[in-house]
Amino acid sequence: MSTQLRADGLLATIEPDIASRLVTRRDAIAKGAATSGLVMAGLRLGTVPAALAALSTSAFGQSRLPTTVIGVLNFALVLEYLEAEFYNRGVAATGLIPAADRTIFTTIQGHENTHVDYLKTTLGSSARPKPTFDYSYGNGSGTGPFADVFTNYNTFKAVAQAFEDTGVRAYKGQAATLLPYKDVLQAALTIHSVEARHAAEIRRLRGNFGDNEPNQGWITRAITDIPGTEAVYAGEDNLIQGGVDVSTITPVAPKELTEAFDEPLTMAQVLAIVDPFIV
Amino acid sequence: MTPSLRTLTPGAARDTDDVSIARRSFLRNAGLAGAAIAFAGCAGTTTELTAPAKSGEPRGAVVGPNGDITLDFSSDIDVLNYAYALEQLEAAFYVTAASNAAFSSIFAANEQRVLLDIRDHEVAHRDFFAAALGSAKIPNLTPVFTAINFANRTSVLQTARTFEDLGVSAYNGAARFIKDAGYLGLAGKIVSVEARHASTIRDLLNNRSGDFAPNAFDAGNTPQVVLTAAKPFIVQSITVINA
Repeated sequence: MSTQLRADGLLATIEPDIASRLVTRRDAIAKGAATSGLVMAGLRLGTVPAALAALSTSAFGQSRLPTTVIGVLNFALVLEYLEAEFYNRGVAATGLIPAADRTIFTTIQGHENTHVDYLKTTLGSSARPKPTFDYSYGNGSGTGPFADVFTNYNTFKAVAQAFEDTGVRAYKGQAATLLPYKDVLQAALTIHSVEARHAAEIRRLRGNFGDNEPNQGWITRAITDIPGTEAVYAGEDNLIQGGVDVSTITPVAPKELTEAFDEPLTMAQVLAIVDPFIV
Repeated sequence: MTPSLRTLTPGAARDTDDVSIARRSFLRNAGLAGAAIAFAGCAGTTTELTAPAKSGEPRGAVVGPNGDITLDFSSDIDVLNYAYALEQLEAAFYVTAASNAAFSSIFAANEQRVLLDIRDHEVAHRDFFAAALGSAKIPNLTPVFTAINFANRTSVLQTARTFEDLGVSAYNGAARFIKDAGYLGLAGKIVSVEARHASTIRDLLNNRSGDFAPNAFDAGNTPQVVLTAAKPFIVQSITVINA
């Protein structure tokens, strides 16, 4: 099985309502019975930021989110589904996560499930059902390059890092689209920075909290030590910010300059990356 | 590590010959002209956002005779100045910490390298905003670090945690005032790096715990809340209006 990320798949089938392509028929049928309980779960006190409480009421009227916002939030929801189920399964897998590291992953697990709950609550009946995932990265074959992800801790940590760094880039790439929708923008950003916190912790954990690239909390150039994740880091070595080569305006070295600015990915780029995880 | 960085004056934003060129390029590519076009549909005018930097109207930062600064968030320029102020503070803090004689004894070698990287990132952010803002930038701020014991590991790391969490919440809370998609994108590129810093500093304080991300949603603080928290660390008073 090749470890190269595929650029086809979902990317080739993108339509205006991109997220709808990620929903299987079975999931769509199952959705009807599952929605109400999950929405109630998302309404648990304290799981929704104040800025968002107003979303489905005063900001847009009874759950009438603009189509643009629905598209972005469903895109985010698919990524959060992917992360939440990943950590749910990892935390539940006997013997996978050492006791010393367990708090790290239960913390992240809780956050990702909260993000799912929040997005589902905000989207209401527009929320996409959860797709079926193949965490081996095998398009449903179960035999992809990460086939041992829930039995090999190193693989699990590597996939976790790829998910978190992809998530950061994915949310960042939607900021401009959300610009007119201030409350949604702010909510997305408050998730975006939490994904970055997760990413930094997992990166450092993978390096046993040492100090060497590529296992520091930030992304150096476009370096990755995880085979098959080149697309996750492509473009992170950019030095042109706001039209300026930043290496010309500061004594800071180019290596640190690439670390100092995280780069976005487009929706299409992200969907191409995650496509093999989705059955 | 770049030797010249070790001798930087804390808080000093330096002009270089490259800056004016860089600023022109920045403004042409990501700046106000594009914002005016993007905003025209909403405001019914094509001149709305060209005013602060290009025609000298009294919008943007106002510096009083005592050095106090007023930032007008109806101008993107001043949202950037707000970020510039916070980056000045962070850069000055890490430059001061890393140049303290105790730095190499209170931090393990791997911790030193982490902190020097963060220092470089913050200096990069500061210098970037200085170049981008050009003549529209606020003056150099004077930091007040008297409450920090730079010879004490915990004091340095707890202050770092405060600044990084504050920075994340500041960007998250200020984004809603940005009108230009290019500026918003730049803020987004920086805020996630601040969050990576916050996570890392928190882990240095409490390794392998859940402290790296204490909540499922980070704060998005108003500039008033952020500036109240930053006030003890800055000589100049900074006030934000229209936010």
